Amino acid sequence: MATIIVGMADLKVAKAPDILTTLGLGSCVGITLYDRAKKIGGMAHCMLPTYKGFEGQNIAKFVDSAVIELINQLGRMGVTKAALVAKITGGAHMFRGVSQNNDLLKIGERNAAAGLAILRQLSIPVHANDTGGTHGRTIELDMENGALKIKTVGLGEKFI
Amino acid sequence: MSDPHDNILAKHLDVFKEIGNIGAGHAASALAGLLDRKIVMSVPEASVVPFSEIVNVLDGPETLVAGVLIDVSGDLNGYILLLLGMKDAMAMVSQALHEPARDTTDPEFALTELEQDTLLEIANILVGSFLSAISSFSGLGATPTVPQLAVDMLGAIISIATIEYGTIGDSVLFLNTRFNDPSGDVNGHFFLIPDYYSYKMLLKALGLED
Repeated sequence: MATIIVGMADLKVAKAPDILTTLGLGSCVGITLYDRAKKIGGMAHCMLPTYKGFEGQNIAKFVDSAVIELINQLGRMGVTKAALVAKITGGAHMFRGVSQNNDLLKIGERNAAAGLAILRQLSIPVHANDTGGTHGRTIELDMENGALKIKTVGLGEKFI
Repeated sequence: MSDPHDNILAKHLDVFKEIGNIGAGHAASALAGLLDRKIVMSVPEASVVPFSEIVNVLDGPETLVAGVLIDVSGDLNGYILLLLGMKDAMAMVSQALHEPARDTTDPEFALTELEQDTLLEIANILVGSFLSAISSFSGLGATPTVPQLAVDMLGAIISIATIEYGTIGDSVLFLNTRFNDPSGDVNGHFFLIPDYYSYKMLLKALGLED
Protein backbone atom coordinates (compact mmCIF):
# COMPACT_ATOMS: atom_id res chain seq x y z
CA MET A 1 0.00 0.00 0.00
CA ALA A 2 1.31 3.42 -0.91
CA THR A 3 0.06 6.81 0.18
CA ILE A 4 0.16 9.16 -2.76
CA ILE A 5 0.21 12.87 -1.97
CA VAL A 6 -1.75 15.27 -4.16
CA GLY A 7 -0.20 18.74 -3.91
CA MET A 8 -1.87 22.11 -4.30
CA ALA A 9 -3.09 22.65 -7.89
CA ASP A 10 -2.44 18.99 -8.56
CA LEU A 11 -4.39 15.82 -9.37
CA LYS A 12 -3.60 12.10 -9.19
CA VAL A 13 -5.27 8.75 -9.88
CA ALA A 14 -4.65 5.47 -8.04
CA LYS A 15 -5.97 1.95 -7.53
CA ALA A 16 -6.35 -0.37 -4.54
CA PRO A 17 -4.62 -0.85 -2.15
CA ASP A 18 -3.25 2.71 -2.41
CA ILE A 19 -4.45 5.83 -0.62
CA LEU A 20 -4.69 9.30 -2.14
CA THR A 21 -4.27 12.23 0.24
CA THR A 22 -4.09 16.00 0.13
CA LEU A 23 -3.04 18.06 3.14
CA GLY A 24 -4.37 21.31 4.52
CA LEU A 25 -7.25 22.23 2.25
CA GLY A 26 -8.44 25.74 3.10
CA SER A 27 -10.45 27.63 0.53
CA CYS A 28 -9.24 25.17 -2.09
CA VAL A 29 -11.55 22.24 -2.81
CA GLY A 30 -10.69 18.57 -2.78
CA ILE A 31 -12.75 16.54 -5.24
CA THR A 32 -12.58 12.75 -5.38
CA LEU A 33 -13.99 10.40 -8.03
CA TYR A 34 -14.25 6.68 -7.32
CA ASP A 35 -15.27 3.47 -9.11
CA ARG A 36 -16.29 0.99 -6.42
CA ALA A 37 -16.25 -2.09 -8.68
CA LYS A 38 -12.77 -1.50 -10.06
CA LYS A 39 -11.42 0.09 -6.82
CA ILE A 40 -9.87 2.90 -8.83
CA GLY A 41 -10.18 6.57 -8.04
CA GLY A 42 -8.76 10.04 -8.40
CA MET A 43 -8.32 13.21 -6.37
CA ALA A 44 -7.87 16.86 -7.33
CA HIS A 45 -6.82 19.82 -5.13
CA CYS A 46 -8.05 22.94 -6.95
CA MET A 47 -7.57 26.61 -6.15
CA LEU A 48 -9.88 28.47 -8.50
CA PRO A 49 -13.36 27.81 -9.91
CA THR A 50 -13.20 27.94 -13.69
CA TYR A 51 -10.64 27.37 -16.41
CA LYS A 52 -12.35 29.69 -18.87
CA GLY A 53 -10.16 32.74 -19.47
CA PHE A 54 -7.01 30.97 -18.28
CA GLU A 55 -6.46 28.62 -21.21
CA GLY A 56 -2.96 27.24 -21.41
CA GLN A 57 -2.46 27.19 -17.65
CA ASN A 58 -2.19 24.15 -15.38
CA ILE A 59 -5.58 22.43 -15.67
CA ALA A 60 -5.32 20.90 -12.19
CA LYS A 61 -5.53 24.40 -10.71
CA PHE A 62 -9.13 24.94 -11.79
CA VAL A 63 -12.13 22.98 -10.50
CA ASP A 64 -13.93 22.33 -13.78
CA SER A 65 -10.90 21.44 -15.91
CA ALA A 66 -9.46 19.26 -13.13
CA VAL A 67 -12.63 17.15 -12.90
CA ILE A 68 -12.61 16.62 -16.66
CA GLU A 69 -8.92 15.68 -16.61
CA LEU A 70 -9.52 13.22 -13.76
CA ILE A 71 -12.25 11.55 -15.83
CA ASN A 72 -9.88 11.36 -18.82
CA GLN A 73 -7.09 9.81 -16.76
CA LEU A 74 -9.49 7.36 -15.11
CA GLY A 75 -10.81 6.51 -18.57
CA ARG A 76 -7.31 5.47 -19.63
CA MET A 77 -7.37 3.03 -16.68
CA GLY A 78 -10.58 1.51 -18.00
CA VAL A 79 -13.04 3.39 -15.81
CA THR A 80 -16.21 4.74 -17.41
CA LYS A 81 -17.79 7.99 -16.30
CA ALA A 82 -21.06 6.21 -15.49
CA ALA A 83 -19.30 4.10 -12.83
CA LEU A 84 -18.02 7.12 -10.90
CA VAL A 85 -19.29 8.70 -7.71
CA ALA A 86 -17.92 11.98 -6.34
CA LYS A 87 -17.15 13.46 -2.94
CA ILE A 88 -16.35 17.10 -2.39
CA THR A 89 -14.68 18.83 0.57
CA GLY A 90 -12.87 22.07 1.42
CA GLY A 91 -14.03 25.44 0.15
CA ALA A 92 -13.69 26.99 3.61
CA HIS A 93 -13.66 30.68 4.47
CA MET A 94 -10.45 30.85 6.49
CA PHE A 95 -10.46 34.52 7.39
CA ARG A 96 -13.67 35.97 8.76
CA GLY A 97 -14.43 39.63 9.25
CA VAL A 98 -14.43 42.76 7.17
CA SER A 99 -13.31 41.13 3.99
CA GLN A 100 -16.35 38.87 3.70
CA ASN A 101 -17.39 40.95 0.71
CA ASN A 102 -14.04 40.56 -0.93
CA ASP A 103 -14.09 38.22 -3.94
CA LEU A 104 -10.74 36.67 -3.20
CA LEU A 105 -11.67 35.79 0.35
CA LYS A 106 -15.01 34.35 -0.76
CA ILE A 107 -13.19 32.05 -3.15
CA GLY A 108 -13.92 28.96 -1.02
CA GLU A 109 -17.64 29.29 -1.57
CA ARG A 110 -17.14 29.82 -5.31
CA ASN A 111 -14.84 26.81 -5.56
CA ALA A 112 -17.38 24.54 -3.87
CA ALA A 113 -20.19 25.84 -6.09
CA ALA A 114 -18.06 25.27 -9.20
CA GLY A 115 -17.37 21.70 -8.09
CA LEU A 116 -21.04 20.88 -7.62
CA ALA A 117 -21.89 22.54 -10.93
CA ILE A 118 -19.41 20.59 -13.05
CA LEU A 119 -20.35 17.29 -11.37
CA ARG A 120 -24.02 17.95 -12.07
CA GLN A 121 -23.24 18.90 -15.66
CA LEU A 122 -21.35 15.62 -16.12
CA SER A 123 -24.10 13.64 -14.34
CA ILE A 124 -21.73 12.29 -11.70
CA PRO A 125 -23.59 11.68 -8.42
CA VAL A 126 -22.22 13.51 -5.37
CA HIS A 127 -22.22 10.98 -2.53
CA ALA A 128 -20.83 13.32 0.10
CA ASN A 129 -20.40 17.05 0.47
CA ASP A 130 -18.44 18.50 3.37
CA THR A 131 -17.66 22.03 2.21
CA GLY A 132 -17.63 25.49 3.78
CA GLY A 133 -17.02 26.41 7.38
CA THR A 134 -13.96 28.27 8.62
CA HIS A 135 -11.55 25.38 9.14
CA GLY A 136 -8.87 23.54 7.21
CA ARG A 137 -9.12 19.90 6.20
CA THR A 138 -6.77 17.05 5.35
CA ILE A 139 -8.40 14.28 3.32
CA GLU A 140 -7.56 10.65 2.53
CA LEU A 141 -9.34 8.49 -0.05
CA ASP A 142 -8.96 4.75 0.50
CA MET A 143 -9.07 2.88 -2.82
CA GLU A 144 -10.19 -0.33 -1.08
CA ASN A 145 -13.63 1.02 -0.22
CA GLY A 146 -13.90 4.65 -1.37
CA ALA A 147 -14.11 5.94 2.21
CA LEU A 148 -13.01 9.54 2.52
CA LYS A 149 -11.41 10.45 5.85
CA ILE A 150 -11.44 14.11 6.86
CA LYS A 151 -9.03 15.38 9.51
CA THR A 152 -9.34 18.83 11.08
CA VAL A 153 -7.72 20.90 13.82
CA GLY A 154 -9.99 20.95 16.86
CA LEU A 155 -13.02 19.41 15.12
CA GLY A 156 -11.77 15.83 15.09
CA GLU A 157 -11.82 13.24 12.32
CA LYS A 158 -14.67 11.72 10.38
CA PHE A 159 -15.42 9.56 7.38
CA ILE A 160 -17.81 10.67 4.69
CA MET B 1 10.26 28.76 -16.47
CA SER B 2 8.42 30.14 -19.42
CA ASP B 3 5.64 31.84 -17.51
CA PRO B 4 6.05 35.64 -17.87
CA HIS B 5 4.80 36.31 -14.35
CA ASP B 6 7.28 33.90 -12.83
CA ASN B 7 10.06 35.42 -14.93
CA ILE B 8 9.33 38.95 -13.71
CA LEU B 9 9.36 37.74 -10.12
CA ALA B 10 12.65 35.93 -10.57
CA LYS B 11 14.28 38.91 -12.29
CA HIS B 12 13.51 41.27 -9.43
CA LEU B 13 14.06 39.03 -6.44
CA ASP B 14 16.79 41.29 -5.05
CA VAL B 15 14.47 44.28 -5.19
CA PHE B 16 11.78 42.46 -3.28
CA LYS B 17 14.38 41.32 -0.81
CA GLU B 18 15.44 44.94 -0.23
CA ILE B 19 11.80 46.01 0.14
CA GLY B 20 11.44 43.29 2.72
CA ASN B 21 14.61 44.41 4.44
CA ILE B 22 13.52 48.02 4.85
CA GLY B 23 9.95 47.19 5.78
CA ALA B 24 10.87 44.48 8.22
CA GLY B 25 13.54 46.70 9.82
CA HIS B 26 10.87 49.23 10.73
CA ALA B 27 8.54 46.51 11.90
CA ALA B 28 11.24 44.99 14.09
CA SER B 29 11.84 48.36 15.81
CA ALA B 30 8.11 48.73 16.42
CA LEU B 31 7.95 45.24 17.86
CA ALA B 32 10.96 45.88 20.08
CA GLY B 33 9.18 48.96 21.47
CA LEU B 34 6.01 47.02 22.08
CA LEU B 35 7.64 44.05 23.76
CA ASP B 36 10.25 46.20 25.48
CA ARG B 37 13.17 44.02 24.44
CA LYS B 38 15.74 43.83 21.71
CA ILE B 39 14.51 42.22 18.51
CA VAL B 40 16.97 40.99 15.90
CA MET B 41 15.78 40.72 12.35
CA SER B 42 17.16 38.09 10.02
CA VAL B 43 18.13 39.05 6.49
CA PRO B 44 14.90 38.52 4.55
CA GLU B 45 14.71 35.67 2.11
CA ALA B 46 12.92 36.41 -1.14
CA SER B 47 11.96 33.45 -3.21
CA VAL B 48 9.64 32.37 -5.95
CA VAL B 49 8.02 29.16 -4.81
CA PRO B 50 5.94 26.88 -7.05
CA PHE B 51 2.49 26.09 -5.64
CA SER B 52 3.34 22.41 -5.45
CA GLU B 53 6.15 23.14 -2.98
CA ILE B 54 4.63 26.00 -1.07
CA VAL B 55 3.51 24.05 1.98
CA ASN B 56 7.00 22.66 2.46
CA VAL B 57 8.48 26.13 2.92
CA LEU B 58 7.70 26.07 6.62
CA ASP B 59 7.03 23.03 8.74
CA GLY B 60 4.59 21.14 6.54
CA PRO B 61 0.95 21.60 5.58
CA GLU B 62 -0.60 20.22 8.76
CA THR B 63 1.40 22.30 11.26
CA LEU B 64 -0.82 24.36 13.54
CA VAL B 65 -0.15 28.07 12.98
CA ALA B 66 -1.65 31.45 13.78
CA GLY B 67 -2.12 33.47 10.62
CA VAL B 68 -2.99 37.15 10.61
CA LEU B 69 -4.17 38.45 7.26
CA ILE B 70 -4.29 42.16 6.58
CA ASP B 71 -5.84 43.71 3.52
CA VAL B 72 -3.84 46.51 2.00
CA SER B 73 -5.40 49.14 -0.21
CA GLY B 74 -4.46 52.45 -1.80
CA ASP B 75 -1.96 52.85 -4.63
CA LEU B 76 -0.74 49.41 -3.67
CA ASN B 77 -3.26 46.64 -3.16
CA GLY B 78 -2.84 43.18 -1.81
CA TYR B 79 -2.32 41.34 1.44
CA ILE B 80 0.22 40.89 4.13
CA LEU B 81 0.19 37.58 5.92
CA LEU B 82 1.95 37.22 9.24
CA LEU B 83 2.47 33.59 10.12
CA LEU B 84 3.48 32.41 13.56
CA GLY B 85 3.93 28.96 15.02
CA MET B 86 1.73 28.54 18.10
CA LYS B 87 4.71 28.66 20.46
CA ASP B 88 5.87 31.93 18.89
CA ALA B 89 2.40 33.42 18.97
CA MET B 90 2.11 32.55 22.67
CA ALA B 91 5.56 34.02 23.36
CA MET B 92 4.67 37.32 21.69
CA VAL B 93 1.32 37.59 23.41
CA SER B 94 2.57 36.67 26.87
CA GLN B 95 5.38 39.23 26.64
CA ALA B 96 3.01 41.96 25.54
CA LEU B 97 0.56 41.08 28.35
CA HIS B 98 3.35 40.54 30.93
CA GLU B 99 1.97 37.11 31.71
CA PRO B 100 3.72 33.74 31.73
CA ALA B 101 3.44 31.76 28.49
CA ARG B 102 1.11 28.77 28.63
CA ASP B 103 1.98 25.36 27.20
CA THR B 104 0.92 25.34 23.55
CA THR B 105 1.51 21.59 23.17
CA ASP B 106 -1.41 20.87 25.53
CA PRO B 107 -4.12 19.31 23.32
CA GLU B 108 -6.69 21.57 24.98
CA PHE B 109 -4.66 24.70 24.22
CA ALA B 110 -6.45 27.60 22.56
CA LEU B 111 -5.79 31.34 22.53
CA THR B 112 -8.17 33.29 24.77
CA GLU B 113 -10.10 36.22 23.35
CA LEU B 114 -7.74 38.67 25.06
CA GLU B 115 -4.73 36.83 23.61
CA GLN B 116 -6.29 36.85 20.14
CA ASP B 117 -6.97 40.59 20.37
CA THR B 118 -3.41 41.15 21.55
CA LEU B 119 -2.01 39.17 18.65
CA LEU B 120 -4.11 41.19 16.20
CA GLU B 121 -2.85 44.42 17.77
CA ILE B 122 0.76 43.26 17.48
CA ALA B 123 0.12 42.42 13.83
CA ASN B 124 -1.43 45.84 13.32
CA ILE B 125 1.66 47.59 14.64
CA LEU B 126 4.04 45.37 12.66
CA VAL B 127 2.19 45.77 9.41
CA GLY B 128 1.54 49.49 9.88
CA SER B 129 5.26 50.19 10.29
CA PHE B 130 6.11 47.82 7.45
CA LEU B 131 3.76 49.63 5.08
CA SER B 132 4.84 53.12 6.07
CA ALA B 133 8.41 52.14 5.22
CA ILE B 134 7.39 50.88 1.80
CA SER B 135 5.26 53.97 1.18
CA SER B 136 7.98 56.40 2.12
CA PHE B 137 10.59 55.03 -0.25
CA SER B 138 8.27 54.22 -3.16
CA GLY B 139 6.02 57.27 -2.84
CA LEU B 140 3.00 54.96 -3.16
CA GLY B 141 0.21 54.96 -0.59
CA ALA B 142 -0.79 51.75 1.16
CA THR B 143 -3.28 51.59 4.01
CA PRO B 144 -3.89 48.49 6.11
CA THR B 145 -7.41 47.45 7.09
CA VAL B 146 -8.52 45.55 10.18
CA PRO B 147 -6.50 42.36 10.59
CA GLN B 148 -8.14 38.97 10.73
CA LEU B 149 -6.90 35.95 12.63
CA ALA B 150 -7.13 32.27 11.78
CA VAL B 151 -5.61 29.45 13.80
CA ASP B 152 -5.48 26.30 11.69
CA MET B 153 -3.34 24.10 9.47
CA LEU B 154 -0.57 25.92 7.63
CA GLY B 155 -1.69 24.62 4.24
CA ALA B 156 -5.22 25.92 4.72
CA ILE B 157 -4.05 29.38 5.75
CA ILE B 158 -1.29 29.84 3.21
CA SER B 159 -3.57 29.05 0.28
CA ILE B 160 -4.82 32.63 0.38
CA ALA B 161 -1.42 33.67 -0.98
CA THR B 162 -1.45 31.13 -3.76
CA ILE B 163 -4.95 32.00 -4.86
CA GLU B 164 -4.03 35.65 -5.36
CA TYR B 165 -1.33 34.53 -7.79
CA GLY B 166 -3.26 31.55 -9.09
CA THR B 167 -4.88 33.39 -11.97
CA ILE B 168 -1.58 34.60 -13.38
CA GLY B 169 1.05 31.98 -12.76
CA ASP B 170 2.10 28.85 -10.96
CA SER B 171 4.28 30.26 -8.25
CA VAL B 172 4.13 32.85 -5.48
CA LEU B 173 6.50 35.50 -4.16
CA PHE B 174 7.53 34.92 -0.58
CA LEU B 175 9.32 37.45 1.51
CA ASN B 176 10.21 35.53 4.58
CA THR B 177 11.57 37.56 7.47
CA ARG B 178 12.22 36.27 10.93
CA PHE B 179 12.16 38.32 14.08
CA ASN B 180 14.23 36.90 16.87
CA ASP B 181 14.82 38.21 20.30
CA PRO B 182 18.20 37.17 21.74
CA SER B 183 16.65 34.19 23.54
CA GLY B 184 15.06 33.04 20.28
CA ASP B 185 11.54 33.34 21.65
CA VAL B 186 9.83 35.40 18.98
CA ASN B 187 10.01 34.13 15.47
CA GLY B 188 7.64 35.40 12.82
CA HIS B 189 7.24 34.99 9.09
CA PHE B 190 6.12 37.84 6.92
CA PHE B 191 4.59 37.23 3.53
CA LEU B 192 4.04 40.11 1.16
CA ILE B 193 1.30 39.36 -1.31
CA PRO B 194 0.88 42.37 -3.58
CA ASP B 195 -1.67 41.86 -6.31
CA TYR B 196 -0.28 41.49 -9.82
CA TYR B 197 -0.98 45.09 -10.81
CA SER B 198 0.51 46.47 -7.60
CA TYR B 199 3.83 44.75 -7.79
CA LYS B 200 4.28 45.94 -11.36
CA MET B 201 3.41 49.43 -10.17
CA LEU B 202 5.92 49.12 -7.36
CA LEU B 203 8.64 48.12 -9.82
CA LYS B 204 7.69 51.06 -12.01
CA ALA B 205 7.78 53.50 -9.08
CA LEU B 206 11.28 52.28 -8.29
CA GLY B 207 12.31 52.83 -11.93
CA LEU B 208 12.86 49.15 -12.67
CA GLU B 209 10.16 48.46 -15.28
CA ASP B 210 8.47 50.60 -17.92
